Amino acid sequence: MSPLKAKHQRLVLLLVAMTALIGAALLASWALRNQASYFYVPSEIIADRPDPSRGVRLGGMVERGSIKTAPDGVTITFTVGDGKARVPVRFTGIVPSLFVEGSGVVAEGKLRADGTFMAENLLAKHDEKYVPREMKEMSAEQARQTVAETR
Amino acid sequence: MIAELGLAALWLAAALAGLQLLAGALALTARGAALAGVVRPIAIMQGLLAGAAFVVLIVLFCQTDLSVKLVAAHSHSAKPFLYKFAGTWGNHEGSMLLWVAVMGLAGGFVALVERRLPEPAMLATLAGQAFVSLGFYAFLLLSSNPFERLAVPAVEGQGLNPLLQDPGLAFHPPTLYLGYVGLSVAFSFAIGALVTREVGPAFARAMRPWVLGAWIFLTLGIAAGSYWAYYELGWGGWWFWDPVENASLMPWLAATALLHSVSVLAARNALRAWTVMLGVVAFSMSMVGTFLVRSGILTSVHAFAVDPERGTFILGLLVINIGGALVLFALRASTVTEGERFAVTSRESALVVNNVMLSATLGIVLIGTLYPLLAEALGAKVSVGPPYFNPMAAIFVLPMLVVMAIGPLLRWRGDAFSRIRAKLIVPALLAVLVAVGLLSRASVGLLPLLGMALAAGLAVASLLPLRGRKLRRTPLPTWGMVVAHFGIAVALFGIACDSAFSTERLVAARIGEAHKVGPWQIKLERIEPVAGPNWTALEGKLQASYSGAAPIELHPQARSFWTPPQQTSESALVTRWNGQLYVVLGEQAEDGRWQLRLWWKPFVPMIWYGGILIALGGLLALIGRVLSDLRRIMAREKIAFRRERQGR
Repeated sequence: MSPLKAKHQRLVLLLVAMTALIGAALLASWALRNQASYFYVPSEIIADRPDPSRGVRLGGMVERGSIKTAPDGVTITFTVGDGKARVPVRFTGIVPSLFVEGSGVVAEGKLRADGTFMAENLLAKHDEKYVPREMKEMSAEQARQTVAETR
Repeated sequence: MIAELGLAALWLAAALAGLQLLAGALALTARGAALAGVVRPIAIMQGLLAGAAFVVLIVLFCQTDLSVKLVAAHSHSAKPFLYKFAGTWGNHEGSMLLWVAVMGLAGGFVALVERRLPEPAMLATLAGQAFVSLGFYAFLLLSSNPFERLAVPAVEGQGLNPLLQDPGLAFHPPTLYLGYVGLSVAFSFAIGALVTREVGPAFARAMRPWVLGAWIFLTLGIAAGSYWAYYELGWGGWWFWDPVENASLMPWLAATALLHSVSVLAARNALRAWTVMLGVVAFSMSMVGTFLVRSGILTSVHAFAVDPERGTFILGLLVINIGGALVLFALRASTVTEGERFAVTSRESALVVNNVMLSATLGIVLIGTLYPLLAEALGAKVSVGPPYFNPMAAIFVLPMLVVMAIGPLLRWRGDAFSRIRAKLIVPALLAVLVAVGLLSRASVGLLPLLGMALAAGLAVASLLPLRGRKLRRTPLPTWGMVVAHFGIAVALFGIACDSAFSTERLVAARIGEAHKVGPWQIKLERIEPVAGPNWTALEGKLQASYSGAAPIELHPQARSFWTPPQQTSESALVTRWNGQLYVVLGEQAEDGRWQLRLWWKPFVPMIWYGGILIALGGLLALIGRVLSDLRRIMAREKIAFRRERQGR
């Protein structure tokens, strides 16, 4: 192909760049609608069940006395509550060191059709400074209530 | 006393930055031309003072001077010396001081050595650099003073986040900052070019070494950060698409695009406005990253500041700097004259495709990173992770890798594809063979499969520019390109192998019991308590043997620090040529068994070897460029000297 006129070439380059960038933006917004994982507290996840194939986050307080270890030694089950509702959670893996009963947790995973939340990852407080973003927003009132109820 | 000296140096540096801006701007006018001579010395002084302030802070941390608020809040007398030293930048104020020190020193260095830019462009560049610095000085002095004293000295410091107590802290943040802030030079060059309207090959050649330098450090910083997260967090992953990681990836993508468009501008005098735009975007991405990381809107181990005032301050700086630059660009871009034309099949075209793809990838990452913040403003809490980033980035990166294999073989200006077709048969065939071979093993996912096939093809194709050349005569920048592109292939291969072939096992092991992961047999011998300078730990003694070979001893630990009280897990790694064994010790179950998490990750170290090769390629190119510049200067001086003698 013979070289284009300078002006046309500039236009073509601009068009190519714009198309690619706008394409990227459209693609991104489409993908975000399907792939962003939403955050739920137990009462929300029960009221508005996400699709079992969709990755979501569940945050709440680990209820006291609810952590049970399965015979394989590496799977645990526990209940996450927010004062209004409770959801059973199952997790296979090494738990974060500050994961304890009566403390907050954010579980990443999927809600099975039978109502059990299959966690692939647990985020607990690392220290008093590092709190998962969603958990910080859980109001102190809500947290106190949860703890009081499950005590 | 020396804390006050540090503060004084910082104030002086800030004042000099103000003077530098003023003198630089005035010297550009007809009346102030006499000021031109003072701008360079001011810039050098300013850099030295900012550097001195940073050295003072390092000394305070090394001495654990507990009368300084920052030291008391983030250090501890019982901490090992390395972490006292590196802890200087393991906090908000210290890291921002590192930022302005690097920025000042980079500006001073430019003032000291850069002789290729025309004088007006140089003045505008230094004024631009001073303008950006001034904002950060204000931020540091008004809202994050690192030298603040306590009325009553603390009895003991509060310690450093144990996750940061790792040799990685000495290396990762400084390199990353050299890269981040080094890009400010490209930004200032772009401003200077816009102000003086001088965009051309000379501008590109002057800018290129600075972009290369920043890019090398950025590459190393990202690679180091990724390896650190990989072994420190104990999650077995090396990239989590965490906003903080994205914050470092975005400037890298922009800088990589800039590096390639600068080459087009230098060689062919095309892509003028685009190159200037990328210079603005690259450092803007550094600032966006800093805002995301340091403002406290994200919570992570990197977010030290949770003070909303600071977030607002950085946001203000961001708006002023980026907004100002974009307005200047909008006003001046149309007056930047059009560059040269070129044919569709040419080196330039391939580089344009590279630039467009890199920019699109940057867009994908930026949107995915900002989306949760936007959604939160609208009341929805979401997080965006690998299910979004992996396929979306791949859509643009995979085609770019194909172009990367072809582009370097094309000639500048115009070429025929038929000329290079024969050369490409071998890499293409190899890629197809790898893909077919993997398809027969069924279980490999589409992206890893494409990744490995492309890596194999690219590895061969990246070496082709050397074919038929005398290797000793090949210019260093060509070697640099070959090594960096080969490094991309190596890293890609590691990434694809890790995601395709990693095996993971989670077991509860009794003492004396053995478990298998991949070709490894791992036996838990015993668990013992051990103590370090500021921690105690449970340490596992494990014997690992690779398909029956002599066993290797492994010592994963679960550490408990007491200042601040926190647990970390120290994974144990065994690196072989064909992969890495990764062992994490978990908790003890009620029945006395110990949780062990075991990974066999074939070829995973190649990710970081690739990263090092990419940076090495950059270094070769940089050395080559600097040497040829020096040679040119010496030749010119020789001629001048001869003329002078003849004249006499």
